Amino acid sequence: MISYLDFEKPVAALQARIDELRETADDGAIDIDAEIEKLQQRSTTMLAELYGKLSPWQKTQVARHAERPHFRDFVSAMCSDFMPLAGDRAYADDKAIQGGFATISGRKVMLIGHEKGNDTASRVKHNFGMGMPEGYRKAVRLMELASRFGLPVVTLVDTSGAFPGVQAEERGQAEAIARATEACLALNVSMVAAVVGEGGSGGAVALASANRVLMMEHAIYSVISPEGCASILWRTADKAADAAQAMQVTAQQLLTLGVIDRIVPEPLGGAHREPQVAIQALQKAITEELRTLDGLSGTQLRNQRAEKFLALGS
Amino acid sequence: MSWLNRVRNAIPFIAKKADTPDNLWQKCPSCGQMIFQKEWDENLSVCPRCEHHGRIGPKARFSHIFDEGTLKLLPTPVVKEDPLKFRDSKRYTDRLKAARAATTEQDALLNGIGKIEGQQAVVGVQDFAFMGGSMGTAVGAAFVAGVKEAIKRRCPYIVFTAAGGARMQEGILSLMQMPRATVAIQQLRAAGQPYIVVLTDPTTGGVTASYAMLGDIQIAEPNALIAFAGARVIENTIREKLPEGFQRAEYLLEHGMIDMVVHRKELKPMLAKTIGYLSGAKAA
Repeated sequence: MISYLDFEKPVAALQARIDELRETADDGAIDIDAEIEKLQQRSTTMLAELYGKLSPWQKTQVARHAERPHFRDFVSAMCSDFMPLAGDRAYADDKAIQGGFATISGRKVMLIGHEKGNDTASRVKHNFGMGMPEGYRKAVRLMELASRFGLPVVTLVDTSGAFPGVQAEERGQAEAIARATEACLALNVSMVAAVVGEGGSGGAVALASANRVLMMEHAIYSVISPEGCASILWRTADKAADAAQAMQVTAQQLLTLGVIDRIVPEPLGGAHREPQVAIQALQKAITEELRTLDGLSGTQLRNQRAEKFLALGS
Repeated sequence: MSWLNRVRNAIPFIAKKADTPDNLWQKCPSCGQMIFQKEWDENLSVCPRCEHHGRIGPKARFSHIFDEGTLKLLPTPVVKEDPLKFRDSKRYTDRLKAARAATTEQDALLNGIGKIEGQQAVVGVQDFAFMGGSMGTAVGAAFVAGVKEAIKRRCPYIVFTAAGGARMQEGILSLMQMPRATVAIQQLRAAGQPYIVVLTDPTTGGVTASYAMLGDIQIAEPNALIAFAGARVIENTIREKLPEGFQRAEYLLEHGMIDMVVHRKELKPMLAKTIGYLSGAKAA
């Protein structure tokens, strides 16, 4: 059973009614199939209406939905093969940032991404997708490896941000992020980044300074979380909805601003309702985008990234 | 308002309180010592009693760093103002107006060209007094312009960082200044010119996580706060008190994140020496 978000309450109520009717129908001989069908249609229409005009704050909740597909789900549905690689060769292996060789639509790539985890145990293991410096340094190592051996880099971005903690600071979180951003920009191979859930601040841009940046339809990408922005500028986190609105965090707004290149459609009611459909759509988009970059030389790819980011905000 | 001030203000030819030099004294923000403004200025805004390094803007910094009479200011690039039409409790455009009035600067990063003990350099100085030094498109554009000038003149680019982080009022576009500035640094490197970072109090957030940590040489002023995440955010996350001296310049030195901590009075000769070494092969 799917967990409903606050703004989906009318749909949840309707769905509960449908389930109730179904049970009754199973019990007795009364034919209420037509009634159920009618309600189901209403529920679908209602969901379509809701998702057709989600506010930035509602999108934030969809992007963070616990049942949304995460790195592991994308890998198992999108890659015919995945060979994980580990460690930054200096301190540790960060479980929040995963990476390795992967085959997507028959194509060998280096796949790197944040993993948030799917249940309490795995969420703790992956530190809720909040990378440590060693995670970003692992990403740098894998990107450099890919660049040397001619493998395109694909990243799946899904983090509320890099981890804010004593050890992270001690080991140079800021430097690690800066170097990862730099590594993206220095690649001699093509790079496609996809923000699949939350694109939170520096921890996201460090894996998203790519030739092509995609966003899932209901993903968000922002300089600071809406709560963080609200608590600084409005002096209360309660104004997160206003902050999300003002900051323009949705895929649709970011496409208009020229920050991203393509929106990947999600099934009705968000990726968590039909993960396989969402993942297939992403696979198709990544495959197509990689193809558009085929034939470009290392210099051309670097220059394309340089020109693109130099132009942002000029 | 006291009756005396009311009478005083009503009479136009009597100097108002604001016109009298109320900046005769400076109180050290760290130890509280009252210091003659003149002495404070002559001491490069460093407290003579506790060595606290006060926050300073571009103009004071240029005068400390460049040889006298060599400074030429670089024009501030024009960017699209308020791209998101952002408004919180105030309009972003009003905040900009207020910051411009208070600092007489256009935005939070100003570049100057000059000589440091005879060696040419382009120097960018971030102004914490301008909206917390925050990095938006104007700061990004100024950074890129400073680097371009350094490449053109074949000299180093030195940046003095001071920022609370990215400018939230420009949303994602401020985040995009991180890769943007990084591209500029790569171009400077490709041109074979040094990039030197001087971290000053405070340098945090997205600025630290991009151009402030990519210097060929990393210098910091004593006791400067240098961080990715703010102390309050960390305390809220881990729910414990932070260690003494956490995120200060000396702490970063200890943890291998910077090359040296340099007193403001020693900065100019140290920069000159650094430039000397980095252009060593060419000069020798």
